[in-house]
Amino acid sequence: MAVKGILGKKLGMTQLFADDGRVIPVTVLKAGPCVVVQRKTTENDGYEAVQLGLVEFVKPQRVNKPRGGHFKKHNVPPVRLLREFRLADGKDEVKAGDKVLVEEVFKPEDRVDVIGVSKGRGWAGVVRRYHFRGGNASHGSMFHRAPGSIGASSYPSRVWPGQRMAGQMGNKRATVRSLRVVKVDAEEHLLLVRGAVPGANGGYVLIQASTKLGKRRK
Amino acid sequence: MSAVEKVAQAQLREDLPQFHPGDTLRVHVKIKEGDKERVQPFEGVVIARRGRGIQKTFTLRRVSFGIGVERIFPLHSPTLQNIEVIRSGKVRRAKLYYLREKKGKKATRIKEKTRKVKVKAPSAQ
Repeated sequence: MAVKGILGKKLGMTQLFADDGRVIPVTVLKAGPCVVVQRKTTENDGYEAVQLGLVEFVKPQRVNKPRGGHFKKHNVPPVRLLREFRLADGKDEVKAGDKVLVEEVFKPEDRVDVIGVSKGRGWAGVVRRYHFRGGNASHGSMFHRAPGSIGASSYPSRVWPGQRMAGQMGNKRATVRSLRVVKVDAEEHLLLVRGAVPGANGGYVLIQASTKLGKRRK
Repeated sequence: MSAVEKVAQAQLREDLPQFHPGDTLRVHVKIKEGDKERVQPFEGVVIARRGRGIQKTFTLRRVSFGIGVERIFPLHSPTLQNIEVIRSGKVRRAKLYYLREKKGKKATRIKEKTRKVKVKAPSAQ
């Protein structure tokens, strides 16, 4: 199987015991089953990729006409979530309608990157958003949770691009890299990874082979 | 049962005795030293139980050479070889943190509880 990623859903966290009694914190991900909806090729699209759909029930009236046409064209049942994964070369025999299952993509001890949408925190000040220290609450202080100077008067006399300020926090695509796969459950389509994953329980995630080499990687 | 609970289901232990806060336990803990494995007992009063499912833990407290020692054990840990209930205590709260402030006799004095054994009462004539 050439596809190095799969779509999934975060179910929640729990813990497992290793043989020596150490506790391993794990996130349970429902990974797949996925179906290849479209195969993108250099000739047609300018790059090599597969478009995967997460097989999950979706009400027919929730599929809009453009999407419905897309599914019909490639002769696959409608799915709720579509995402693309790049392929290294065009030799792989992957075609629309192929199934992608967790056990074919990942095995225990693999390293994976998990991409999700982080929990939204709304409009947050700099203390919460960037861990600025803030000032005294009392002792006559009038500088409580304000960001402080953002540009001074003589130099630079303007605000630097990228200056950290208050704003929307979270509800943004976030990636956690190089998580260790603890267990793969082919029957229930579950993938257990060590550590936390962005987003709330029930959120959709992309899981792909890690682009970063873990320290213990062979 | 949720899928998350199901994942840890296989590791839940069912071979452990029932115990409650106030009980005195002796816990046999497996300890690995290099290649050798040995068993170390730890005895103390249960002062708290918390968590549910696989994350359930209990806290044992004992006064050792005048110094209070508390250890928190994951209830379902495979390192617990055995749990013995030595004495059942009669207490009126779930968390016995007040024992930390007690010294001497008071710190160890928990009345024994005589649990009512459920015996079917002979039916009245």
